[in-house]
Amino acid sequence: MAAGKFLPPVELTTSGRPVLLPNEIECSLLSSVDLESDELPAFPLLKSGLLILTTHRLIWIPESSSTTTTAASAIPLSAITHIFSPKKSLRSMFASPRFRFQLSVSSDGRGVGSGPGSRSVVVTVVVRGKGDSDAFYGKFWESWRARVWESDVVVSSSSSNSQLVSGSGSGSDSGGLYTSQGTLRMAGVSGILRKEQEMWESTDKSLQDAFQDLNALMSKAKEMVVLAEKMRLKLLSGTNSQTGATADEEMGSKQEMQDWLLSVGIASPVTKETAGALYHQQLSRQLADFVRIPLEKAGGVINLIDVYCVFNRARGTELISPEDLLQACSLWEKFDVPVMLRKFDSGVMVIQNKSHSDEEVFARIKTLVTKPDTLRSGISASDAAMTLGIAPAMAKEHLLTAESKGILCRDISPDGFRFFINLFPEIDPNGVYSVLDIKTASLKAH
Amino acid sequence: MQKLGDFKLPHFFNYPPYFTLQPVRDTREKQVQLWKELILDYCRTQKIFVIGLEEEFPLFSNPVIERTLSHEAREAFLSALVSEGRAEWLDKGHRKCLILWHRIQEWADIILNFVKDNGLEDSVMTVEEIRSGTESRGTELSGIDRTILMRALKLLEQKGKLAIFKGTSADDEGVKFSI
Repeated sequence: MAAGKFLPPVELTTSGRPVLLPNEIECSLLSSVDLESDELPAFPLLKSGLLILTTHRLIWIPESSSTTTTAASAIPLSAITHIFSPKKSLRSMFASPRFRFQLSVSSDGRGVGSGPGSRSVVVTVVVRGKGDSDAFYGKFWESWRARVWESDVVVSSSSSNSQLVSGSGSGSDSGGLYTSQGTLRMAGVSGILRKEQEMWESTDKSLQDAFQDLNALMSKAKEMVVLAEKMRLKLLSGTNSQTGATADEEMGSKQEMQDWLLSVGIASPVTKETAGALYHQQLSRQLADFVRIPLEKAGGVINLIDVYCVFNRARGTELISPEDLLQACSLWEKFDVPVMLRKFDSGVMVIQNKSHSDEEVFARIKTLVTKPDTLRSGISASDAAMTLGIAPAMAKEHLLTAESKGILCRDISPDGFRFFINLFPEIDPNGVYSVLDIKTASLKAH
Repeated sequence: MQKLGDFKLPHFFNYPPYFTLQPVRDTREKQVQLWKELILDYCRTQKIFVIGLEEEFPLFSNPVIERTLSHEAREAFLSALVSEGRAEWLDKGHRKCLILWHRIQEWADIILNFVKDNGLEDSVMTVEEIRSGTESRGTELSGIDRTILMRALKLLEQKGKLAIFKGTSADDEGVKFSI
């Protein structure tokens, strides 16, 4: 059955190398690989091909020695819904290494995809060649988890919380215990010799991989050069006769040029000034979704620095820079998300729920500072933190804000930095000798 | 009520934030106002004319609540008095401050009244006699700070109410009234 009908085809160069998508980088490859699916009759017969893992796809190319006439095809990593851990059983020790993953297919069973009514089928990768299947499996996980293809997609998706799994699935030796025939090689000198050979081949393949990464790096560098050249030309052309609307749309103002310069580090096309870079839009939405749960745990307000750490830790790879984070947060104004970025007078920046009300916080603080013991001794940031259920640093920001509104005043001493209910407005300057009952004054303050 | 010597301290003297310089503008204004009045009242009743910022000034500490005004706070409150014309810095480093709980003009009037009350319109007195002589005992002039006294006398001299002349020794200046 022709693969072109079911799996997306892969364009090959004249020398048989696959044509990569923009931003696609090769990660690993295995030779003599079968791809099969028992559950789906429509799945093509892919036997003994070269399996190339990229950041976006699993590409299967028939090897020249192969007798099948199936064309080169690819499985988009985005259609994979799950990767199974390889089973280690007695039987698997004697067979070719294999691993399985779950693929989403359309409802009519005619193609790969995750539209409505789609279902999952299990696909098995059988490694008949001598390659390091464990390393490949590890890279497979990483690429699938990294979800590089999402940066390219316009449709917003919110799956940043990928599962955290340790790198390589199994713990067996690299090089393996199997021959291509599947027999266990163990005995004698020939066994040792074969093991040596395996090691060399594994090293050789690692070198291959390394060079492929280098190739990817080179192609990125080429992109940079193209960009720089484009920019140079545009800057030179400056005020040329082509000042129509199209030229403006294409290039925008000098401000956009600057933004473009900034975004050279990010693989993203710059569109209109107001919309911001696509990359940041995506990131912004992902961040809004991600930050919901940490916000709940932290009582409704988190320091931006903490968000930066937690978000990057969850991403694992593809870390974002502080500038990216800041820009993503500032884009929230344009979307309708339930979170917001807030900058305190002290310069501290936090993320808080839009529903988080300052007035309510102030009311709680007031109640806290007018208790009999706090009237005498005031409160510290830690005291406030316990009452409000937020971090002490966040509590301090709220206390400072309440102070600036005249609700509280400060007391700095060897005892520390404390806040009291502000009684200054209640003190009568003309009645210096009048009896002032602090308690009644504070009751008036409510 | 808490006392400092025989001076009755106001109740808010026990409010700890009173001893921390407040950053918020409205709160600060009120705080400064309260301290200005307290300083003037205290100095007037205790006849204190000079406050040294680096010295221990009883008004600036409250051992009951264990709070003391910082140097910055002291300077802020005294500077506010200076701006109002109720005090003067005696040195550029703002270490000593002359407190004018009576303005110089008021002292000048007090001297005039003193002269009239004691029938000294045409007489001669030494400056020292004015501040420590028998006539001034029990009056506000008793123990007045010499600098302030000289300033008030000079003001009266400008108005032609008296003449200041040097005596036989350096600190034996005299005054001839001609009121």
